[in-house]
Amino acid sequence: MPGNNISSLQGIQEAIILSPKLRALKAAFPYTIPIWAGFIFLGFAFGILMNSKGYSAQWSILMSLIIYAGSMQFVAVNLLTSAFNPLNALLITLVINARHLFYGVSMLEKYSGAGSKKPYLIFGMVDETFSVLCSTEPPPGVDKYWFMFFVTLLDHIYWVAGTALGAFFGAMVSFDTKGIDFVMTALFVVIFINQWKSQQQHSPALAGLILSSVCLFLFGPKGFIIPAMLLIVLVLSIFRKQIEKGVEI
Amino acid sequence: MILNAQQAIIIIAAVCIGTILTRALPFILFRDQNATPPYIVFLGKVLPFAAIGLLVVYCLRNVSLLSTPYGIPEAIAILFVTALHLWKNNSLLSIGGGTVLYMLLVQTVFN
Repeated sequence: MPGNNISSLQGIQEAIILSPKLRALKAAFPYTIPIWAGFIFLGFAFGILMNSKGYSAQWSILMSLIIYAGSMQFVAVNLLTSAFNPLNALLITLVINARHLFYGVSMLEKYSGAGSKKPYLIFGMVDETFSVLCSTEPPPGVDKYWFMFFVTLLDHIYWVAGTALGAFFGAMVSFDTKGIDFVMTALFVVIFINQWKSQQQHSPALAGLILSSVCLFLFGPKGFIIPAMLLIVLVLSIFRKQIEKGVEI
Repeated sequence: MILNAQQAIIIIAAVCIGTILTRALPFILFRDQNATPPYIVFLGKVLPFAAIGLLVVYCLRNVSLLSTPYGIPEAIAILFVTALHLWKNNSLLSIGGGTVLYMLLVQTVFN
């Protein structure tokens, strides 16, 4: 029957249109498992903290949905419980999140060509998502933009879900979760090793590690990020010629 | 809750806009990929590696080497993650194993 042929043809077409998304989702999920663990816990802690300051679940969920910046949201709790000063809030945000500028410069090329997904990829570029996407190529046959989109979306969902769980059920938790936030440190250490093994030249990685440590020692935990970023850019720029000769690109 | 709802919304909006700015600025400045200065392209190639090093230090920023437990649980757990990862090369195993070890350390040995 011609009619049947047409409908089955449409079915095949639909399957072809659908499958890149599903394949990308399946490929993306394993990379987000460590982040799942970390974000459910950290989001949970954020929800509890907001509750304890008198902000109900809809406030913490709103923040996790539209701000979506882990450590900055914890700082924002302080901003919400001290004297009203929006300009100060904006400036503090710019300083604490300045490290995202690094991520943006790093992802200029990868995100170009992402089309309509690009604004969301940029919005959702938290530390953890960036660390996975900058160091991972999707498996062969998987659409890289859908892959990056789903890694970003899944992480965002975990963060909001964790926040909601913490805000609604935080009071009921009884097991000791102390130290679980180390999952993020472990994630970055593993990515550091993976990057290390993939490169011939290790000076950019070492520059990041050593210069940040030096700045942490000099400026302390609250003020070291921006000096560290400036120093990293300065040192990498000074050695640009040598690095460009040696870096695998 | 000191702020009223309207003030809270404004603070949240300020933090939201600030965050988006830091994430979007490079993409706004270097919108045309073919016109991106070679220097920025160079930074885009090397910064991913430097940024992960920065993130590792950022995670450990509140660890004190001068007071108990002197960063020992962090050092043990990171060495464990590194050794496990070099041995088995399984990211989830390394991350999960390291986290469980760290939790055991800070909840029992270094409690």
